[in-house]
Amino acid sequence: MFFAVKLEVVVMPKRSVLDPQGVAVRNAVRELGLSNVGTVRVGKIIELEFAGEPDEAKLDEICRDLLCNQVIEDYRILAAAPK
Amino acid sequence: MKIAVVRFPGSNCDQDCLRALTDGLGVRAEYVWHKETSVAGYDAVILPGGFSYGDYLRCGAIATFSPVMQSVIKAAQAGMPVFGICNGFQILCETGLLRGALIRNRSLLFLCQPVSLKLENNRTPFTRLSEEGTILSMPIAHGEGAYYADDQTLRELEEGGQVVFRYVDQHGQPTPEANPNGSRNNIAGICNPSGNVLGIMPHPDRSWDRRLGSEDGLQLFRSLVDTLLSVAA
Amino acid sequence: MTPTLTPELIRQHGLSEEEFERIKSILGREPNFTELGVFSVMWSEHCSYKNTRRELRKFPTTGPKVLVKAGEENAGVIDIGDGWAVAFKMESHNHPSAVEPFQGAATGVGGIIRDIFTMGARPIFLLDSLRFGPVQGDSEPARQNRKLLRGVVAGIAHYGNCIGVPTIGGEVYFDESYNGNPLVNVFCLGILKRTEIARGAASGVGNAVFYVGSETGRDGLAGAAFASRDLTEESKADRPAVQVGDPFRGKLLLEACLELLTSGAVAGIQDMGAAGLTCSTCETASRGGTGVQIDLALVPKRETGMSPYEILLSESQERMLIIVRSGEEERVKEIFEKWDLPYSKVGVVTDDGFMRVLDKGSVEVEIPAKKLAEDAPIYEREVAVPPAPESIAVSDLPFHDPKESLLQLLEHPTIASKNWIFRQYDHTVRAGTVVPPGSDAAVFYVREADKYLAATTDCNHLYCRLDPREGAKIAVAEAARNLACSGAIPLAVTDNLNFGNPYRPENFWQLREAVEGLAEACRRFETPVTGGNVSLYNESPQGAIDPTPTVGMVGLIEDERWITRQYFRDEGDVIFLIGSIGDEIGGSLFLKTVYGKKAGRPPRLDFDRELALQKFVQIVIRTGIVKSAHDCSEGGLAVALAEACISGAQKIGAKITLPASNQRVDVLLFNESQSRIIVSVAGDGVEALQRQAAQMQVPLIQLGRVGGASLEIETATGTLSGPLDQLHETWYNSIALALSQQDL
Repeated sequence: MFFAVKLEVVVMPKRSVLDPQGVAVRNAVRELGLSNVGTVRVGKIIELEFAGEPDEAKLDEICRDLLCNQVIEDYRILAAAPK
Repeated sequence: MKIAVVRFPGSNCDQDCLRALTDGLGVRAEYVWHKETSVAGYDAVILPGGFSYGDYLRCGAIATFSPVMQSVIKAAQAGMPVFGICNGFQILCETGLLRGALIRNRSLLFLCQPVSLKLENNRTPFTRLSEEGTILSMPIAHGEGAYYADDQTLRELEEGGQVVFRYVDQHGQPTPEANPNGSRNNIAGICNPSGNVLGIMPHPDRSWDRRLGSEDGLQLFRSLVDTLLSVAA
Repeated sequence: MTPTLTPELIRQHGLSEEEFERIKSILGREPNFTELGVFSVMWSEHCSYKNTRRELRKFPTTGPKVLVKAGEENAGVIDIGDGWAVAFKMESHNHPSAVEPFQGAATGVGGIIRDIFTMGARPIFLLDSLRFGPVQGDSEPARQNRKLLRGVVAGIAHYGNCIGVPTIGGEVYFDESYNGNPLVNVFCLGILKRTEIARGAASGVGNAVFYVGSETGRDGLAGAAFASRDLTEESKADRPAVQVGDPFRGKLLLEACLELLTSGAVAGIQDMGAAGLTCSTCETASRGGTGVQIDLALVPKRETGMSPYEILLSESQERMLIIVRSGEEERVKEIFEKWDLPYSKVGVVTDDGFMRVLDKGSVEVEIPAKKLAEDAPIYEREVAVPPAPESIAVSDLPFHDPKESLLQLLEHPTIASKNWIFRQYDHTVRAGTVVPPGSDAAVFYVREADKYLAATTDCNHLYCRLDPREGAKIAVAEAARNLACSGAIPLAVTDNLNFGNPYRPENFWQLREAVEGLAEACRRFETPVTGGNVSLYNESPQGAIDPTPTVGMVGLIEDERWITRQYFRDEGDVIFLIGSIGDEIGGSLFLKTVYGKKAGRPPRLDFDRELALQKFVQIVIRTGIVKSAHDCSEGGLAVALAEACISGAQKIGAKITLPASNQRVDVLLFNESQSRIIVSVAGDGVEALQRQAAQMQVPLIQLGRVGGASLEIETATGTLSGPLDQLHETWYNSIALALSQQDL
């Protein structure tokens, strides 16, 4: 089966939530020489490959219910370049 | 009376919870495998700690969708007492039975140590036998135990008396030093508005036997059993 | 497609000409490329112990409580009474941890846990013995060491916590000899009924051979020089240099296997550890006196295009080989499916004694299993006695303020509190930890058996460097002493020998001396060695590590009331030193820390004196009069007293008067003479203690009383006054402070 459609769901912590990992990374980035760094947040990318275009409504539902915890995270869907 | 202890792939504290009930209190408790579709026939449900599904995606995220949880959610909405401990608390938040979420410890390290908790609500099935203001000692053992809710939710929880346990120092004060993980408002455990669903990050299932250094956890299980018996009576 | 066997290729597989000849005579022909790989891995030092087997045979391995002895199976098993038994073992993962500390340590934990449940035992606790180079300061080695420490601790925590086995004790040492060569020795113990010991033998001709667990990939193969395809940049990425563990899969495997074993469907079970499929196939056949035939086409794989060589040598984690009783295959599949574990029936038990591996119909490997598993050559390595260590005389050492020295020792990460480390380990899961990390030995309540077990790991590398034989004896003695202080009777030992390159005669001399010292001590303490591990080639350009024969010892506490901890409890309790005031500073941490020397003769161990001491402590603990017991080790009497004051939840001071002596005060305070224990008893227990000591002719010195807000030690030259807050602060936060440095 050839999976022609590749999507990326980017899940990031909400700005209002303290992201201690992001803080630690920001401090390290600053120490290593980029002193003008501001906020750093650490999230994740979930890469999904589909045989064809997935149903948009269903995909959103799955993002909201499974891939993202809406209490603490936001998500956005990106289309990756076709293979 | 029969209490269900749900087992997910990756649950570690199922046996500890079971024994707290069977050995600690001599009551009937059974494992319910996550693939079961119903918890009817049980009088209460314990969601034990551990690393269900390896904590993949988010702690408790995948457990939420297991067949047994659909039944637990319905039962909880109908008033069945549901007790979520550690990973169990995380699952309860993921299902929406409890508000808020548990996020990574502020120190970014897993932390296992004894903590002092103040019991602030003795109107739930799990805390009826205790006095408000009692200070309990129990261990925590988690990497993602910092309770988070937005300002509005926090206000509602506090005003609604839904904060059941709070991290405090030996004088009963919720100081920053007493907060091991960065939980907002030093929150260690909350309940739903009707009080039948309780989530707690520390482990009463590891403090039910004086050999372990504290028996303070036993009171919570005893209170649950007492409630079930008085309801049945 | 497969390379021809040139002398170069054979050499690169770690096989000598003689070994190749031996292979030819076993097979009656030349091996093919895949078979060469199989022999190379089975006859490697790691799998065959070819350089150390002769030495390891010196260990005492039998005893009335030994149910499975060393070398028989994956772990030894000891009877603990009432139908119950324990399986335990210690293993190292040193080199992988130097390369990738997190995964190296994590997979080390995963591996030892599998070794235990493969025996049919539920793993119930872990201990770890770790060694790193110094972690304080700004030097590059210190930064590296800190990264290693953080990674190793996080890795152990990651695997142990997720799989739900508590890490309840261990030790951590810091010394330059471990720069670049961390030691990660992990100990695991499991509980089982003595009638339910599982064996790793392929028994029952015709029985099915199943593979269960994670799919096979190219893990651990990056080092393999050859494969059936060219090494391009792309293919390099397919070969993780490091094995990555999956503790969630490990947990599923653990539960599934234990369920499988209680179902009675299993005839034999073996985990795939080092040399993966190769080792498990050949060893089960060898133990069973049978043969095993497998088909690689049936092995679950997560990569495409893997050659037979790669599949057989892969070190992918979390995989088991199960021999299933005929008629039980459905039962077995049911259990694997319940736990969502990949599985496949890969072969069958035969009666021809061969390890036979097929791939797509053709025979890739055909080797007599027993000869492969057992006929690795055994070598006798050369030894050479190294020059005697520098001797020291007290008169050559300028006198330093003892208070300053005490603070220096308490601050030394080897002595300092390890709380930064053990708070990352879940040490409370399984609701059995009675004495958590921080005391002489860990104590665990095994609920199913209603028994209390105590366990400890010990090895003082300074002693071992200066006199490996004496150091090894002391490692055993100290472990037994720690167990005695906790109220336990020692039962048995697992050893993890960590040494340098065995081809250097001086290193091998150290190993032989250590083994003989260990063996003698185990005989005297009646603690047979049930199994263990050898790790060699622990070297950097600076040279080999200090010889480190780590001892893991398990004991039984028969009555809950005998459980004893190391810290003082109540004001007014009387403090005694059992043993002599001592005077040996050779190899002491005091000499190393204050004077920068690793010199002198380490303290002597007198077995009779030590055995009498331990017997005495056991007897008086049972009378109920002992409120705390703590042995003197690194840092001597002063450090032991300080620890007894500050290591409990409630700090409490002590007022001590040293007996008159013509020894220098610092020697009295910090010497590390052996066979010494500090006990505290309530006032009304003093007479009984003294009577018992007189009766057994055990030296007893009354030192003082518990109480106050400081440790006061009155000496001939003045009073050493240590406020508890100061001592505690120095000791408690030292490691956290060192690690608060951000190292990028």
